[in-house]
Amino acid sequence: MKIKFQIGGNNITILATLLLFIVLFGSGSILYEGFFSLQVFLNLFIDNAYLIIVATGLAFVIITGGIDLSVGAMVALVSTIIAFLLKQGVNPYLVIIFVLIIGVLFGFAQGFLITRFHLHPWIVTLAGMFFARGSAQLISTDNIAVNNKLFLKFSEIIIPFPGGSFLSIGAVAAIIIVVAGVYVAKFTSFGRNVYALGGNERSSLLMGLPVRRTKVMVYMLSGFCSALAGIVFTVYTLSGFAMHLLGMEMDAIAACVIGGILLTGGYGHIIGPLLGTLSTGVIQTIITFQGTLSSWWTKIVIGLLLCLFIVLQKLIVTGKFKYRSTKVSRKEEIKAEKRSSI
Amino acid sequence: MDTTTILKAAGVSKFFPGVKALSKVNFTLRRGEIHALMGENGAGKSTLIKVMTGVQKPNEGTILFNDKRISPKTPQEAQNIGISTVYQEINLCPNISVAENIFIGRLPKKNGKIDWNTMNEQAKQILERLHIQIDVSRLVSSYSIAIQQMIAIARAVDMSSGVLILDEPTSSLDSREVQELFKIMRKLKNEGMAIIFVSHFLKQVFEISDRMTVLRNGLLVGEYKTSELTQTQLVAKMVGGTSVTSEELPNKRRKPRVMEGQTFLKTNGLEKHGSIEAFDLAIRTGEVIGIAGLLGSGRTEMAKLIFGIDQADQGNITIDNNMMTLMYPRKAIKNGIAFCPEDRKVEGVVEDLTIRENIVLALQAKRGYFSYMPLKKQCQLAQKYIDLLKIKTPSMEQKIGNLSGGNQQKVILARWLTTNPKLLILDEPTRGIDIGAKGEIRRIILSLAAEGMTILLISSELEELVRCCDRVVILRDRSLIGQLEGDGITETKIMKLIGEGGVKAANEDIG
Repeated sequence: MKIKFQIGGNNITILATLLLFIVLFGSGSILYEGFFSLQVFLNLFIDNAYLIIVATGLAFVIITGGIDLSVGAMVALVSTIIAFLLKQGVNPYLVIIFVLIIGVLFGFAQGFLITRFHLHPWIVTLAGMFFARGSAQLISTDNIAVNNKLFLKFSEIIIPFPGGSFLSIGAVAAIIIVVAGVYVAKFTSFGRNVYALGGNERSSLLMGLPVRRTKVMVYMLSGFCSALAGIVFTVYTLSGFAMHLLGMEMDAIAACVIGGILLTGGYGHIIGPLLGTLSTGVIQTIITFQGTLSSWWTKIVIGLLLCLFIVLQKLIVTGKFKYRSTKVSRKEEIKAEKRSSI
Repeated sequence: MDTTTILKAAGVSKFFPGVKALSKVNFTLRRGEIHALMGENGAGKSTLIKVMTGVQKPNEGTILFNDKRISPKTPQEAQNIGISTVYQEINLCPNISVAENIFIGRLPKKNGKIDWNTMNEQAKQILERLHIQIDVSRLVSSYSIAIQQMIAIARAVDMSSGVLILDEPTSSLDSREVQELFKIMRKLKNEGMAIIFVSHFLKQVFEISDRMTVLRNGLLVGEYKTSELTQTQLVAKMVGGTSVTSEELPNKRRKPRVMEGQTFLKTNGLEKHGSIEAFDLAIRTGEVIGIAGLLGSGRTEMAKLIFGIDQADQGNITIDNNMMTLMYPRKAIKNGIAFCPEDRKVEGVVEDLTIRENIVLALQAKRGYFSYMPLKKQCQLAQKYIDLLKIKTPSMEQKIGNLSGGNQQKVILARWLTTNPKLLILDEPTRGIDIGAKGEIRRIILSLAAEGMTILLISSELEELVRCCDRVVILRDRSLIGQLEGDGITETKIMKLIGEGGVKAANEDIG
């Protein structure tokens, strides 16, 4: 199949993020011994698997022009539910299926409220965030350790790579989600409807697209991703705690923005959140390698990067306009030349 | 019912709070005809179309398609039945490609995934049928309004199986493009398609339609054969008088004045790359100055530079002998300039605010946001302009979104009049509104001018310029090429000035 590669608004921020990642990783490699290795790179996936999953689901919501603030609290709720149920001796497979269903239902409820009553997604998902966090507290205020055999086995599974490096099962799940997300966005009607909807909701409606259904579905997708991320996170930490990942929804939004997903909706590539997460992850790694800096420097750098990328996106939007207008004036120059030659 | 009827609305009514948009309207569409739906703004044309296409639900009455009763709840259902529509505002998604816009909702698939190659191929063929050759993989937003309109029509034509509704499809097309569109419409008609055509351009309606249905104030006036009606008769049916006076059909021309007053505003080599070439324009106090030119010739861009919405790359503006290089809207307002934008839906009307709030908006901005304006004063102001401009509304607390286009335009006009501007810039003030409202707006312009206000009028309708202006400047290909003054302003002269290669250049710009 022939894929035409154009450097357009959708791609250029992706390229910028990729470049940022390479520069960060490169400078880390130059500065610190032992930084440049496959395992350091793979660790970015292992340590951020849950964030990649959440941000990919969230990206769909943002492309429709919405937002889902409940994702961080959902991960905490799911991890608490898992730990609690496993402690009661419930079958781990049942638990996994159960929390995935909860995630989808939770997303459905949010999407339903937003579309049925034309509520602002900010408010509805903010309520969802409080609700999920509160419910988690209600189940247990303690940090419950997970001792279930299956979960322990999951956490020990290693996918070997050459040179003794490896990936965890959570990281593989994250990669699968990203690949599936890219496919859905590009090759399914649902994916294209998501973009159309983000571009112009009224037009989409008048063109006969299932606007409401698509909207509800993106929140369900986001809910599913949050629940899956909750499972991955529980396997990663082997604990369930209501206060896990406070404020993680903002990290997910930051990953989307750095990955070129425009908050106004309609633009962005689903690979973006992955690159955004890796970029923020590599900053964390550099600071760990440096050793003396406070880990809060990560947040400061991410803050600066966010500003930089928003400005970059703005420049691209106006730059596109300039590109067009210079073309027009070039055409006029040719016309003027023709005229003068006559 | 005969077999030639494809779509029939019987006794359809639609009520909105406080307004009867349609009451017991009958409408019959036959196979292979072009049927014009006529009426002033607010007559119920749009509502009838919305009811037939599932955007709105009728309160009573039935809709029959091929003798079968239908009640589409969404545009999608209407499309599946066979009724596709191109709405007045272009309804495409700017952020996805041309091909996707044509196929979205029914994207071609192979092995369960979208087949991009087939889609682009087919989109190209569909557009070629309409004589449009563009790169279908580019984003819609990279094409001009006229091309976007054709893309929307291409989509509707391709989807339709029997009924095609075109709501004001020609308002953003130039005359050559209109002829292209008519050629396509005739071709479709001969293939048996039934087309509903809505337009404010009477000439076009008489040129293309076979039959017309006239609505007035939500009531059916009647159905007529186009060949049996004259333009004057049609207008009479639309506005409701038995005879039409020159008041209602504003053809009468005002005597242009030759102004010798001092210069209010002068531009010196003002230029913005890619939108308008350097121009020198001197506006004298008290005159009505018109800007003529084709769509895309830089008319709006000129106004935007003067008002400071766009910043100039070069040149400066002198207002009342104060030279300034940087202009921005607040500064322009402070200097007594007011600007009524072209697209009132996007740039003018704040739909969720009431009429009163919309009217006081500009004055509030001028006074500064922290100086509170008492409600009583706001009401007085709003009432004053509602009376003065004869805005038709049950109350000043009505949401502006509920008004017809002409009345919305008047509200926007009122908004700027409250600031007592010295220079009023009107960009297409009568576009897309009906004849009656057009006449009224023109009368308002003239009476403002008579009171000494300086007015810069941008219009596509030459007749409007000829009727209202003391002086007309002509733009072509984004530069100012000439002007006409006083009795020298005639439609033929303007057309000749615009004409010299102007049409061709404009098309090149689009292609």
